[in-house]
Amino acid sequence: MIHSLFLINSSGDIFLEKHWKSVVSRSVCDYFFEAQERATEAENVPPVIPTPHHYLLSVYRHKIFFVAVIQTEVPPLFVIEFLHRVVDTFQDYFGVTNVGDQLPTGQLSVVPWRRTGVKYTNNEAYFDVIEEIDAIIDKSGSTVTAEIQGVIDACVKLTGMPDLTLSFMNPRLLDDVSFHPCVRFKRWESERILSFIPPDGNFRLLSYHVSAQNLVAIPVYVKHSISFRDSSSLGRFEITVGPKQTMGKAIEGVTVASQMPRGVLNMSLTPSQGTHTFDPVTKMLSWDVGKINPQKLPSLKGTMSLQAGASKPDENPTINLQFKIQQLAISGLKVNRLDMYGEKYKPFKGIKYMTKAGRFQVRT
Amino acid sequence: MSAAPAYSEDKGGSAGPGEPEYGHDPASGGIFSSDYKRHDDLKEMLDTNKDSLKLEAMKRIVAMIARGKNASDLFPAVVKNVACKNIEVKKLVYVYLVRYAEEQQDLALLSISTFQRGLKDPNQLIRASALRVLSSIRVPIIVPIMMLAIKEAASDMSPYVRKTAAHAIPKLYSLDSDQKDQLIEVIEKLLADKTTLVAGSVVMAFEEVCPERIDLIHKNYRKLCNLLIDVEEWGQVVIISMLTRYARTQFLSPTQNESLLEENPEKAFYGSEEDEAKGAGSEEAATSTLPARKPYVMDPDHRLLLRNTKPLLQSRSAAVVMAVAQLYFHLAPKAEVGVIAKALVRLLRSHSEVQYVVLQNVATMSIKRRGMFEPYLKSFYIRSTDPTQIKILKLEVLTNLANETNIPTVLREFQTYIRSMDKDFVAATIQAIGRCATNIGRVRDTCLNGLVQLLSNRDELVVAESVVVIKKLLQMQPAQHGEIIKHLAKLTDNIQVPMARASILWLIGEYCEHVPRIAPDVLRKMAKSFTAEEDIVKLQIINLAAKLYLTNSKQTKLLTQYVLSLAKYDQNYDIRDRARFTRQLIVPSEQGGALSRHAKKLFLAPKPAPVLESSFKDRDHFQLGSLSHLLNAKATGYQELPDWPEEAPDPSVRNVEEEDLSLIETHVGLLGEYTEVPEWTKCSNREKRKEKEKPFYSDSEGESGPTESADSDPESESKSDSKSSSESGSGESSSESDDEDQDEDEEKGRGSESEQSEEEGLKRKTKRKKVAEGLEGSSSDNGSDSNTSSSESEMTSESEEEQGEPASWRRKTPPSGKRAPAAKEISLLDLEDFTPPNVQPVSPPTVVSSSLAADLEGLTLTDSSLVPSLLSPVSSVGRQELLHRVAGEGLAVDYAFSRQPFSGDSHMVSVHIYFSNNADSPVKGLHVGTPKLPAGISIQEFPEIESLAPGESATAVMGINFGDSTQAANFQLCTQNRQFYVSIQPPVGELMAPVFMSENEFKKEQGKLTGMNEITEKLTLPDTCQSDHVVVQKVTATANLGRVPCGTSSEYRFAGRTLTSGSLVLLTLDARPAGAAQLTVNSEKMVIGTMLVKDVIQALTQ
Repeated sequence: MIHSLFLINSSGDIFLEKHWKSVVSRSVCDYFFEAQERATEAENVPPVIPTPHHYLLSVYRHKIFFVAVIQTEVPPLFVIEFLHRVVDTFQDYFGVTNVGDQLPTGQLSVVPWRRTGVKYTNNEAYFDVIEEIDAIIDKSGSTVTAEIQGVIDACVKLTGMPDLTLSFMNPRLLDDVSFHPCVRFKRWESERILSFIPPDGNFRLLSYHVSAQNLVAIPVYVKHSISFRDSSSLGRFEITVGPKQTMGKAIEGVTVASQMPRGVLNMSLTPSQGTHTFDPVTKMLSWDVGKINPQKLPSLKGTMSLQAGASKPDENPTINLQFKIQQLAISGLKVNRLDMYGEKYKPFKGIKYMTKAGRFQVRT
Repeated sequence: MSAAPAYSEDKGGSAGPGEPEYGHDPASGGIFSSDYKRHDDLKEMLDTNKDSLKLEAMKRIVAMIARGKNASDLFPAVVKNVACKNIEVKKLVYVYLVRYAEEQQDLALLSISTFQRGLKDPNQLIRASALRVLSSIRVPIIVPIMMLAIKEAASDMSPYVRKTAAHAIPKLYSLDSDQKDQLIEVIEKLLADKTTLVAGSVVMAFEEVCPERIDLIHKNYRKLCNLLIDVEEWGQVVIISMLTRYARTQFLSPTQNESLLEENPEKAFYGSEEDEAKGAGSEEAATSTLPARKPYVMDPDHRLLLRNTKPLLQSRSAAVVMAVAQLYFHLAPKAEVGVIAKALVRLLRSHSEVQYVVLQNVATMSIKRRGMFEPYLKSFYIRSTDPTQIKILKLEVLTNLANETNIPTVLREFQTYIRSMDKDFVAATIQAIGRCATNIGRVRDTCLNGLVQLLSNRDELVVAESVVVIKKLLQMQPAQHGEIIKHLAKLTDNIQVPMARASILWLIGEYCEHVPRIAPDVLRKMAKSFTAEEDIVKLQIINLAAKLYLTNSKQTKLLTQYVLSLAKYDQNYDIRDRARFTRQLIVPSEQGGALSRHAKKLFLAPKPAPVLESSFKDRDHFQLGSLSHLLNAKATGYQELPDWPEEAPDPSVRNVEEEDLSLIETHVGLLGEYTEVPEWTKCSNREKRKEKEKPFYSDSEGESGPTESADSDPESESKSDSKSSSESGSGESSSESDDEDQDEDEEKGRGSESEQSEEEGLKRKTKRKKVAEGLEGSSSDNGSDSNTSSSESEMTSESEEEQGEPASWRRKTPPSGKRAPAAKEISLLDLEDFTPPNVQPVSPPTVVSSSLAADLEGLTLTDSSLVPSLLSPVSSVGRQELLHRVAGEGLAVDYAFSRQPFSGDSHMVSVHIYFSNNADSPVKGLHVGTPKLPAGISIQEFPEIESLAPGESATAVMGINFGDSTQAANFQLCTQNRQFYVSIQPPVGELMAPVFMSENEFKKEQGKLTGMNEITEKLTLPDTCQSDHVVVQKVTATANLGRVPCGTSSEYRFAGRTLTSGSLVLLTLDARPAGAAQLTVNSEKMVIGTMLVKDVIQALTQ
């Protein structure tokens, strides 16, 4: 399995190493650096790099490469999944205050994901239903593809060994699901009820997919007019963001980001609201819009200065959109009830809904 | 892991506020910033007596190791602390040792005795960690010690230690491969282990040490399949991967009948169901007529594997999902492989590394099984934010999925991609268009036109790539495309990319007869720029010159000679060689005349058009999901995926003698229940199972409902059937939408499949019967064995109560002969307790109002024996002593559980108390004193008995709410002048009251109470316990449950509710011939369930 693990930061320093079998010299990372150089961008470093004597499997998160050294055949996802779990653990560990609670203690218990003897003075269980819309909208504003990916993240702080059931008003919406190991699969199969003894603290109970066949409501639209002209070195740029199918909820936290063509030297733009930046080096335009006021739609317009003499770029930039809608699950998914068995006290229960843009792109 | 000490550094410091801040410099705040040079400082800290300082020093040292700094000179100072009492220090010393022991072997030996001691520690965690460190120290001299330790740990009573033993095996093997034979013995032993904790680890050891010993798996195959769902995620991956290989050696190919259709993959995909239906249909006919060719019947074990892995597609772990996907790809009949597509597509939402691996596998699969991913075409659309390597893989998949129907959409999508800023991606898109054009004749011209348009693209890379692709396309039908070639020829003025220039030149040369005017002119230009060209271009110039010389020597003779002369003096030897070679061939000379006569044939032979095919073609000869598949090269240690055997090996090798397919452990968690339908209930639950398997074969259950239910089930059953099926139908039918015409075929396929599965079930059952007959003796002690081990491993919290309780009952049982006449060993559950009818306790009238209860006080023992106990079965516990007459100074008190509803409070257990005064003086003012009760227990006292004359008896009824636990209710029994402390502890069977329900209700409720709510045990019924009557009597005597009618004669069902919470308790006993039986209890109250199983088994087997 994994022989050694190296952690490499963005400036290329190996700042941590761990060996499970005999020590592998850190010079093995040179192969990794070579590949990194070839890839030019961090995200394009191949996750699997063969070297004469080893295989390097890596994941890239938080600007850190986690490079595992392998010597023999192993399913690559096994290692990659493991590395991601390591990162998750680090994240929990360094990010959360009550560290002691986070470390696994339940390996001998019947319920390996939960330690025994949990005690709280305030017993609470919070569930966040978070849905992300992945969409590609084409030039004319019609939807190329759209689907909803949802998760239910939970923060459960309950004394003892509570046994919870969570039911939905409309479980049939869920097309494809994957569960935390605590969820009893058969109960779901037969009754569409989530029945589980929760881990202590934060965890992801469920991820789901709402079928692409269901029509996905697209809550925002982008009107755009981006034009380069051959004759002049000036281009015109104008985009407007507006609400579409929002179920009466406000759209907040809107940001627009777009990678402009290389030929764009600078942009001189005026937003009707929010702030915008354009980085002339990376050619990245970003506009922090904030909340959409349906009465006065936010817009960003102005000119682009293009490289003099060069012909107009043939590509139009893609617009990536981020937004949030509170108190709404765009699929219409609703939690029916949460019941607790096995313990006597009355827990405080909370459910929150949110819809966000996932990978939401507008082609221009 | 290694970062853990770093974090808690601050905590450690503040943990002992009294300690001096010794050696704590500001830089030690974090591992990443500080630099420790003062090792003396550390040595000093390690030598002190203060654990806090040692801990601090060790944290720093481990931090140094993690940063790759050399800390080996500290070895002597550190190794001394291996025996340190502080567990935190110890852990860190272990980390250090594992790192440096190999370098300092002699010193490391000093620590060995500590580990050997640790191996004997009563704490399983310490035993495990001692073994873990011992096996991680790579010092060859201790190999024998390690071997011994592993062997011992493999039979440790703690499954956790046995798991650690399994982990140690590959470590020892890598240190000394000569130990293989001995290690295999250990592996064999551990493979027989029945706990989920061990399963994954031992299979890992098996894979590393002896993957070729497939024979070791036979006996464990079914167990592994059944345990799989409860194994931790990492273990699941390893087991699934191994079982895939196993299945390839032991079962027949499920697609063998379909191989004829293989040539056309698309047709094969759709056609396969039909084909299967035929295959399965003919099967029945075949069995009677004995045809020449044996029809394919899936081995039930093969089916078992497919069935038990399927729910794991819902795992959150990408590795598990991939493992199941590859298993299905390699093992499932074609019609069933489709289920994996959805799960794989889901993984595309995951981290980009996961996407990368999944897409590689999807790319391979989509070549063989295009139809499977077609519904998900849009999920592979590319976003501008995808990393390039992901874009290119998605493009590969999109290209594989493109067919006559979807090509317009795919091409429109490609069109957007061509305008991307990511040029590598654009180039890949152009190639993809080329492939679509080759594969789908209908769009060839469209694609070609599109590519020609791209020739005027401003980006040279785009143009170049287009040229290369156009060249390949033109080769397919050159005659029609003279115009394009002319267009290309013009491009030579502008285009600089060598590959593109070379391609154009080759095209002109090859098809010079189509462009007779332009060709010599191009050559002229090229001759001019020859010296400045790249090597590949130069080679093509020579080529062009040669071809023109052969076809049009008049115009080009001089040019050719000029080019050849230039090439002769080129710096590159390839070019010089080529020039020499060409000259010899084309220019007739004195000796070489023979060749030059054939020069035209040599140069202008018709060349086959290149086939543009996926680089993922045929990659599936590697096991999917493997590293080797990803690299498309065999990785070290890769185990080939064997071909299916021609003839199935003997399936009986998997029969297990003490077959114990029902899991002994309480199942918890994800998917746990899939295995939970205990094997033995399968027959009676067949309808249900069928239902469950249906999604395998089809999605549109709704329509097929009528036919399905007509042939099989009783009405009520079919109702629930159709309900659930329509549900699953709507869930999935959406995904595989538009092949309605397939429905008919599907139905056929489904029908016959389920028949097959029925047959399977039957076979299984008979097999099991045989087994059960074969050995009665061993199964019972095996049962008790596993019993103890499972309770030890799993019941961390509950076990304490549980184990404590039975013991305390026993303590309280008085050694009186009146209850158990022939009792050798006194136990409350002795069955003799209730066999003599005359000792049966009171059975008061059914309706007990409070006033009636008062009346009952007058009843005496003798009266009660006359009352026939018709209404409610009687507790086996009978009367028990509450207060012995000696201790009670003449007052003797007994109690019994009457099993009557307690009038005051339905949550209370009603307890009858019998007082008898053996003293000389009357006992006055008999009442219950202020009870001190544990939480959850409450008592309804009996009304005070004013006086009890000497020699007289009295009865009272009191109610106790035990809160659904077997905790004792302790209270005081007070008389006027005395207080006696007494305690009543209920057997678990008395904590419930019967409920009556129909068979269907029972089944329904049982379906809800699975997973960890289900406890199953095997037992052997003694001869005395074979008749219906006895069994029912014994069960109802042990537990206050009501019998539920049951269709099958060998099955007994009982139901009840716990008194306090009203939770259902369902008990099923399946008795099979020869005394083998299986007991299942389903209840939300796990503790009650577990105890009830024990009690009932004890009652039945004694």
